[in-house]
Amino acid sequence: MSGAATGRETALDDGWELVVGLEVHVELSTATKLFCACANRFGDEPNTNVCPVCLGLPGSLPVVNAAAVDFAMRLGRALGCEVRPAVFARKNYFYPDMPKDYQISQYDQPTNIDGRLKLPDGHVVGIERAHIEEDTGKTTHVGGGGRIHDADYALVDYNRAGVPLVEIVSRPDIRTAEQARAFVRELRAILLSIGVSDARMEEGSMRVDANVSVRPTGSDELRTRCEIKNLSSLRSLGRAITFEARRHVDLWSSGERPRQETRHWDEAGGRTTPGRSKEDAEDYRYFQDPDLVPLAPSAETVAAIDAALPPLPAARRAELVAAGAGAVPASDAALLVERDQDGLVLAAISAGADPGLTVTRVANDLAVEDWSKVTPDGLASLVALEASGRVTATQAKQILADIVESGETPEAISERRGFQAMAGHDLAVTVDQVIASNPDEWRRFCSGDDADRKKLAGFFIGQVMRATKGRADGAAVNRLLQQLTHGPTSD
Amino acid sequence: MTALGVAAAVASGERTARSVAEDCLDRIGEGDGEIGAFNLVLAEEALADADRVDAALDRGEPVGPLAGVPVALKDNLCTRGIPTTCSSRMLEGWRPPYSATVVERLRAAGAVIVGKTNLDEFAMGSSTENSAFGPTRNPRDTSRVPGGSSGGSAAAVAAGFAALALGSDTGGSIRQPAALCGVVGMKPTYGRVSRYGLIAFASSLDQIGPFGATVADAAACYQAIAGHDPLDSTSLDRPQEPVEGALADGVDGLRVGVLAELCGGGPRQETGRTGNDGPAAGGVEGVADDVLSRVQDAAEALEQAGADVRTVSVPSAVLGLSAYYLIAPAEASSNLARYDGVRYGLRVDAANAAEMNVATRTAGFGAEVKRRIMLGTYALSAGYYDAFYGKALRVRTLMLQEFAAVYEDVDVLLCPTAPTTAFELGAKTADPLLMYLNDVCTIPSNLTGHPAISVPFGRGDDGLPVGVQVMGPALSERLILKVAAALERAAPGDGNAP
Amino acid sequence: MSGRISRDEAAHVARLARLRFSDSELDELAAQLSAVLDHAADVEALDVSGIEPTSHPQPLTDVTRADEVRPSLARDEVLAQAPSVAEGQFRVPPILGEAP
Ligand SMILES: [Mg+2]
Ligand SMILES: [Zn+2]
Repeated sequence: MSGAATGRETALDDGWELVVGLEVHVELSTATKLFCACANRFGDEPNTNVCPVCLGLPGSLPVVNAAAVDFAMRLGRALGCEVRPAVFARKNYFYPDMPKDYQISQYDQPTNIDGRLKLPDGHVVGIERAHIEEDTGKTTHVGGGGRIHDADYALVDYNRAGVPLVEIVSRPDIRTAEQARAFVRELRAILLSIGVSDARMEEGSMRVDANVSVRPTGSDELRTRCEIKNLSSLRSLGRAITFEARRHVDLWSSGERPRQETRHWDEAGGRTTPGRSKEDAEDYRYFQDPDLVPLAPSAETVAAIDAALPPLPAARRAELVAAGAGAVPASDAALLVERDQDGLVLAAISAGADPGLTVTRVANDLAVEDWSKVTPDGLASLVALEASGRVTATQAKQILADIVESGETPEAISERRGFQAMAGHDLAVTVDQVIASNPDEWRRFCSGDDADRKKLAGFFIGQVMRATKGRADGAAVNRLLQQLTHGPTSD
Repeated sequence: MTALGVAAAVASGERTARSVAEDCLDRIGEGDGEIGAFNLVLAEEALADADRVDAALDRGEPVGPLAGVPVALKDNLCTRGIPTTCSSRMLEGWRPPYSATVVERLRAAGAVIVGKTNLDEFAMGSSTENSAFGPTRNPRDTSRVPGGSSGGSAAAVAAGFAALALGSDTGGSIRQPAALCGVVGMKPTYGRVSRYGLIAFASSLDQIGPFGATVADAAACYQAIAGHDPLDSTSLDRPQEPVEGALADGVDGLRVGVLAELCGGGPRQETGRTGNDGPAAGGVEGVADDVLSRVQDAAEALEQAGADVRTVSVPSAVLGLSAYYLIAPAEASSNLARYDGVRYGLRVDAANAAEMNVATRTAGFGAEVKRRIMLGTYALSAGYYDAFYGKALRVRTLMLQEFAAVYEDVDVLLCPTAPTTAFELGAKTADPLLMYLNDVCTIPSNLTGHPAISVPFGRGDDGLPVGVQVMGPALSERLILKVAAALERAAPGDGNAP
Repeated sequence: MSGRISRDEAAHVARLARLRFSDSELDELAAQLSAVLDHAADVEALDVSGIEPTSHPQPLTDVTRADEVRPSLARDEVLAQAPSVAEGQFRVPPILGEAP
């Protein structure tokens, strides 16, 4: 079958258009679960964060966590949704990871409806709804190589049962695999911006299902769709959509039709495999949960949420790009916003730091969990040291790493470590020594074409760096090399 | 001795709580073999509780209003570390890791819990014959049922095994057995008493309430358990007026409506304004003449005491039974899904988890529970929801509207509690629908969430107790208790105290 | 007997409810449920247009609690009630199907 296991996101055959809608489950980062006061915490010993309510013990009753509702409404407003009076319903089906054998969710009256999410490229994806529901427990299949069908038995841990989720359902407005990934990336950025979830796909706190179908380009029909589950990374999402779309095109093209079903993404095999058929879909017997009462947020409540909503990622990226006056690439801006470092960078820039260099240093060298000791002033001083040539780039990186650890000033660190960029006569001597030790490379450098020269310049800079233990400025070495072959350059 | 009598004697030092508990346990030991009111007698725990009360009194510490009063709990109320079965094989041996809010409140009031009482399995029934552990018998006549589903609690109070008992009332499960056993039983306003720790049957209808030999006892028990509970989202956070002070007040000038549809007929000619201008509906069928006569007597007694009595109509009341038998099983089908063999209670093993669920549920539930799960699953399933469950919810709205209208004209309503006096064991077990008809007069208060009380008033032709029911609008506990107390004072002859 | 519910329908409902019955039990149940639904014909026949459903007797809204952690149960106490336990977890026979 074409497209299988290639991992490429090739365009569909001429004449076919991809139609994708996403369903994203996001765990809210509240302190407690949705309906009980157990800790909402990932990674604890199994069944230690459980109580009568989240175990579904007879006689227990749910009480809604105010913060979960607040978080959900915040997300709704960030997605431009209308926040509505809402009702909790029971979705009835049996599964061992579900303590009550029904899931409390919102059905026909969800908290958020009718929103939109604008991708960085300007494409707008409609949001049908974003509703509140509870998570299930976690099942481990034991024996049989961990595969569900061959397992000897299963173990259930209910620590995750009852953790608050928001399920975001997009409209089928996504047309490429790249858009699907951009949607998830942007949603994640929003979730982080408004502080309602840590949105980690690899830990399962953000889970994406994709509804995929294809149609002849230009038509507005909606053909049979398949729901792909088990997409645990952006890479999987893109590959799975591409594979599934090609599968549909192949089926339609050969006169067959896809079956409406759930399919699973097999990351190793690079393909989707059939799961439960939607034709024998469960009858969930939804009805209003009589143990809970409706939510009826007032206009004042919604207005207060709007007023307290922090700037969203798109605005933050724009601000950063604007502050950089052309020196800040969009990709770096997105990265800094994702890491919540845009505020630091903006403050450093307004303290006088060079925008381009500040962004480069932070984007490349501040990918750490805890950067709380890095102050705008410290960052600005560091960038000033580097920009003026008083420390080399390598030294600047070391200083930044030291600031993360100790919070000292760049000047103090530079002093303590004896940093100063090697320049002038000392540097020229070292370059001469390196050239003398590598005569073959030097000959090729002098006689080679541009590509060779570039490659060998890198080689010589590396050798000089090694000899000076990183105290040389790479740019200065390069200038010396050029001078030695061609005479002084113009800059 | 009444519960309040015990509390006064214990508080004054006239008796020790221990001697009260010992007497009570003796009576249970002598009599419960025949009655079968208890699933579990908590002898050691009761004596320990009693000793704690006595010790507190010795230290001069304050004790609660129910100090030393022996109380029996329906076995669908969770008691930490103490088996709680719902009279089902499904939960046999289960020891909850927590206690119901009402249990905590009773303990805080100084009560001594003497045991867990029998019920129809998961509170589904009207005779306590659906218990997996055998039926309870009516202490007034052991060939008869005690009513249900709280038959064990009603029988325990009627037999003098406990001064007070708690039951739960989803469609009449406190009031009907109270009537059949000749004791007082009250279903409070929905939300007045926390449901936390009450094993759910139908969540929008279930309400815990007291049994007592007298109205004053029931009132004191209600007072001890009522009040807002943050663990129950449906619990009302509303001020609680003390009820006991009202009991001696007369009913002079009070407007009492005899509810025509539940008293054997539609609206009568001599009615005052009826609650509805629509065409007169028929009344419910099957209410026995002797029961109707006692309700008539009760109405006259209230009139004698100065009340303004008239007949009123709530046409939708006759729809209650049908609506109830769609709504309650629907909720139950979902509430009882959790009994799947995974986390607690019975498991019947099988090759895979789904088969294990089926085997466990098939073995663990009795016939009536399965019947209601089936009915409720059907009523909620795709294609039938609108015709049945959805319509039943609209009937509920209609009833709320019509009751609201009639409560503009009258303060309380009067009607029978149960259509007949206690019937023979086995008389109705073959025909589920016949059994369901027992609840026809009690169901409306569950659907509306209004409070209602059953108080003994005379006897039927067979010499067995008849209960009359006083219903009131939401939060009118004080009012209906006052009317019930007036009826108790006016009740004929030999009295009904055990 | 009205036969509102067939044996097949009863069997379908039993599957949804995870209960098993013999054919004769299914027939008896179908008849009993049909009788209850016949009784409910008064509700079924009612014209309720314009009447909103009432799911709940009390018109409460927005009952919530503060997001504050309280102690959970001790795991030993929880697992002591379980039919089968391994590695601090609830043990069940193999689960064949995936969750919906
Ligand atoms: Mg969902
Ligand atoms: Zn919990």
